Parts: sequence; structure tokens; C-alpha cells
Amino acid sequence: MLGYLLRRTAWGAATVLGVLLFLFALFFLYATPQDVARRALGEKAPPEAIAQWLVNHGYDKPAVWNPADPLDTRLAEHLRRMLLFDFGRSDADDVPIAQRLRDGVGPSLSVTLPLFTLGLPLALSLALLVAFFRETYIDRVGVVLCVLAMSVSVLVYILGGQYLLGKLLRWFPISGFDPAPSVLLRFVALPVLVGLLAGVGANVRFYRAVFLEESGRDYVRTARAKGAGDARVMARHVLPNALIPVLTNVVVEIPFLFTGSILLESFFGIPGLGSITVDAIQSNDFATLRVMVYLGALLFIAGQVLTDVAYTLVDPRVRLG
Amino acid sequence: MEGHVLGNAFAAAIVLLAALAAWRLRASAFWRERLGEIARRRPIATVVVALYLGVALLDSVAWRDAQPGEASVEARSLLDRAFPADFRERSYSAPLAAVEFYGGAALAHPGRHLLGTDILGRDVLHLALGGARVALLIGGLTSLIAIPLAIALGLAAGYLGGRTDDLVFFLLSTLASMPSILLLVALIMVIGRGPVQVCLALAVTSWVNFCRVVRGETLKLRELDYVSAARALGVSELRIVWRHVLPNLSHLVVITFVLTFSQLVLSEAILSWLGVGIDGSWGQMIDQARDELARDPIIAWNLGAASAALFGLILAVNLVGDALRDVLDPHTLRERT
Repeated sequence: MLGYLLRRTAWGAATVLGVLLFLFALFFLYATPQDVARRALGEKAPPEAIAQWLVNHGYDKPAVWNPADPLDTRLAEHLRRMLLFDFGRSDADDVPIAQRLRDGVGPSLSVTLPLFTLGLPLALSLALLVAFFRETYIDRVGVVLCVLAMSVSVLVYILGGQYLLGKLLRWFPISGFDPAPSVLLRFVALPVLVGLLAGVGANVRFYRAVFLEESGRDYVRTARAKGAGDARVMARHVLPNALIPVLTNVVVEIPFLFTGSILLESFFGIPGLGSITVDAIQSNDFATLRVMVYLGALLFIAGQVLTDVAYTLVDPRVRLG
Repeated sequence: MEGHVLGNAFAAAIVLLAALAAWRLRASAFWRERLGEIARRRPIATVVVALYLGVALLDSVAWRDAQPGEASVEARSLLDRAFPADFRERSYSAPLAAVEFYGGAALAHPGRHLLGTDILGRDVLHLALGGARVALLIGGLTSLIAIPLAIALGLAAGYLGGRTDDLVFFLLSTLASMPSILLLVALIMVIGRGPVQVCLALAVTSWVNFCRVVRGETLKLRELDYVSAARALGVSELRIVWRHVLPNLSHLVVITFVLTFSQLVLSEAILSWLGVGIDGSWGQMIDQARDELARDPIIAWNLGAASAALFGLILAVNLVGDALRDVLDPHTLRERT
């Protein structure tokens, strides 16, 4: 057991290293420091300004190999900073990135947390309902609705939601954010609703498939032979066993709790991490973008390692070989 | 090389590949029967997909009218030629309107714009139809890059195992662990904007899916009796992979391709919104129309046309993809009976 946990963690650490090397190749080798400086300062920046900018941002060091001091390279600097969470300053406006992240986590969580805690039970219960009535009209209509919902672009959901609920019905403010608890709900409600609608189709369909696959197993037939009713079979036998694939699907979404939904945040004017990312894209801020990709990957990998550990607790069949 | 020459080459390549595939598939009773089954199950969706493909191909074949001395004439596609040459207004006009939306000045083509015109006076129907070519480009070019690479690496990993497998699996998990939209944006910002770059970035994120499918299936197939039998008969490893493994996972690649296609087109819409998409895509039309719902009176035809065109294609592809999975994948077949 311990050996398995250690191996799994080591694999996770190797993947983090892989991500860091990939980011290094992309942002430091493929995009040369000269490119980055010119994008930050503009095409007509004088050479001295560019040279000074390179020194300030640590882009002046040799890329991989420095004969004088092997640790004084951009690669070593990149790895050291990322692993110690010392993210430095933004390429665009010299604001410390860590400060931005601290400011952004709260607003991001205020949208994604309700989205997650409402979305999961909603999708699971709808999927249970549809699976319970399998091969009836309820099932068929449900599946058609899911496919229809999946085929609409997120952009259309957002624009439509803003127009219908914000402008036409005036239920919610169209966009904006205020962390004061009394008004927070009003600003967060619309993005959460739109997010729920945009995600529910694909999730219900996936969970339905999982439930149907479990319903075909031998233990379900046994339970039925013992005289368990349809509802009992679903709730007591199928649901607990289906939770393993569900868990995998859920853990994949955890990084997005923190990194936020890029689209929802920037459309609804929520100053979270998603908005920071969009600003970074629009201002050619490579340093911030790099950090966001890294943090997203780090959370994802941590989530995966945790799921695998959880598997060993939940499912005795998982072999630790 | 010029844009329209590349476009023509791309269209020719697609038609050629499709013809080749059709010729190969006709020879096989399995594929003939299964593909016929899909058309029977989802007749409307199949026709819709074919229509989109047809429009996309019409828009891909372009040439410049020979006009010596006028070098600035743009190449016009077959689709462009279905519309009058100067089918433009000065600004917004409602569908089938005779006058401009704001101000009420007379239009150059009153009552001819079926879906109205956008802020620059371009015909919305024309733009919406043109988006089909971009969608095909996104799906087609991306798959052309991603699938061969994924098959080669997936086969190598699954069949050879050992170090090769570890390496490929490491590559897969590294790429899969980065949030895909962020990775796409990062790639496009670094390698530059443009249709080919966007497809390249999409290929980097989507080959992971294909490769995982191919690797997993190869791991299963290489243990099967007929592969052992072939090996016992002294068939070379390369030939085993080519003749016995590859054909038996081709249906999975087809299913993954169709199911990935809609994801690619939807991803591009998000990229367009983030400002790094492909010119002329539906995503870009939606992006340009995003402030129009806030106008009073509202302008809905731009957003409506682009969303409807996008929705129609994605829905049809999703339906065909589902039917394809049901028909081709023995796993789901077993579950139905």
C-alpha cells in the first residue's frame, strides 16, 4: 500500500516536471526573450530599454547551460521559481503575479463553488432519473435534450442568458461583482445558472451511460432476483458502484474550481483568475499565462493522485500492483 | 504560396482522400453494411453533414478572374460566385429590408439580403455559409496532423511496451494535465496566430485522445490469439502491426474522429472569443456580434445565423457520431442485445 502511494506520487511529480519542461521549451526556447520583450515594450522600443527589461525580468541569462555557474540559467531559474511558487512579476505591467492570484481566488471560488456543488447533484439526480426510466419515452426525450444541450456553444449560452435573464427579464445584473455578502448572490446567480445549463447536458449523458453499464451487471440481476424493487436497486446497488467513474469525472473538474471559468468570468465581469488569464492573453503577458497553465496542471495532477489514493480506499478490487 | 491556391490544394486533398477511403471501404462488406446502417438510422443528420461538407468544398475552390493590370482582385470561391460581386451595404440592415437599419438610407440591394447584413455591410447568409469551410478546415487539418501521429505513437507504445510505452505515456499524461483551453491559448500566442497555427495547437491537445484510444486497444489486441498465431508463423512485427492490429482498431479511430470533430469546432469558437481564433469562423461572427444584443432595438440576425449554423453542424455531427459508435463498436453492440 505504502509502496503504491509512493510510486503514484513519484509519477505525479515526474508529470509536474514534464509540464515545467514543456512550458520552458514553449515560453523560453521557442519564444525567444527578444520576442517577449518586444511584445511587452512594443515594436519600436529602443535596444537599451529592451536590454534593461531583459535584465529586470531575468530573461538575460543563458538558456540551459552556463559554464561559469551551472545554476544561473533560465531553466534553473524557471524551475526554482515555479517549484517554490515564487512567480515574480507580470511581463505586461510589473505587478507581482502572486498578489494577483491572491486577489483572484476569492471571486473565482464564489462562482465555481456554487456551480460545482449545485451542478454535481443536479446532473447525478437527472442521470439517475433518466437511467431509472430507461427505454421509455422519458429516457428518449432526456437523451435528445442532452444532445441538443451539448450542441450549443458556451458562447451562445452566455450571450443568451445575459440577454434573456439580465436584459429582458431583469432578474439579475448583466455583469459585475461585489464581494459584500448582501449583494454577492445577485451578481453570482446569473453566471452560475448559465454555467449549470452549459454543463448539464454532457454530464447527464455521461452519468447515464455509467449507470446503464452498472445496471447490466450480475449483482443487479441477483438483487432483483432477491426481490429488490427498481428504486432500491438503483439507490442501494447501482449508485454506490457507479460512484467510481463518477469520482474520476469529478476530480478532473477540481482544478477549474480554482483557475475559474475563463469564459464565465470575463463575460460577467468577475475579477477572478479566469479574468486574469484573459487579461494576460490580451496584453501578451507570458509570465502570467505560464503561471496559470502551471497551476492548472499542478492542481489536476494533485487531483489525479488523490483519486487514485481514494480508489484504493473505495474499491477493494483495485490492485496495487 | 497564396491563400486560395492552398485552399484549392486542401479541398483537392480532402476530395481525393474521401474518394480513396470510399473506394477502399466499398471493397469491404463490413464497412459497406455498417455505413449504410448509419444512413438508415440517422438519415437527416447524415444529409445535413453532407450539405455542410458540400458548402465547405464549394467555398474551398477559388480562383482569380483574369484581369490583367488589376493585381488587387481577390480570388473568389464558387460560393462567393453564387452571390453578386459587390453584394455589400454600408452598415447594418435587417433581413430582407429595403433600407439601412440605422438612418434608413436606401440599400444597394434592397430586399436581397435574406439574413440581413453585419456592421460592415457584409451579407450574413454569405458569412454564415462561409463558416462551414473554416469548420471543415479546423476538423480536417487538425485531424490530418493529429491522427497519423497518434496512431504511430499509440501503436508503438501499445505494441512494443517497455520503455517506449513509458515515454509515450509520460508525454500523454504531461499534455493531458494542462487545462486544454489554457494550453491552446499559450501555444497559439507563442507560435503565432493564423489558421494553420490554430490547427496545429488543436492537434497538440487533441492527439492525446486518439493516442490513448489507439494505445489501449493495441495493448488488448497484441495479446489475442491471431496475433500470437501470426507471430508463430514467422510474420514480421511490422507486418503484424500493419495487417492484424491496425485494421482492427480503425473503427475506434473513426469514432473518435467524429466525436472529436465537434469538440474541435466548439473549441475554436471559444478561441475566437479569446481573440486567437481563425478569420471567418462562426465563433468570430458570434464574437463580433456580442455587443449587438445590448443595442436598442437589438440586432439578433448576426448572432442568430452564426449560432444556428454552428448548432446545426455540431448537432448533426454528434448524432452521426453516436450512431457510428453504436454501429461500429462491438462493446456497445453487446450491450444493446
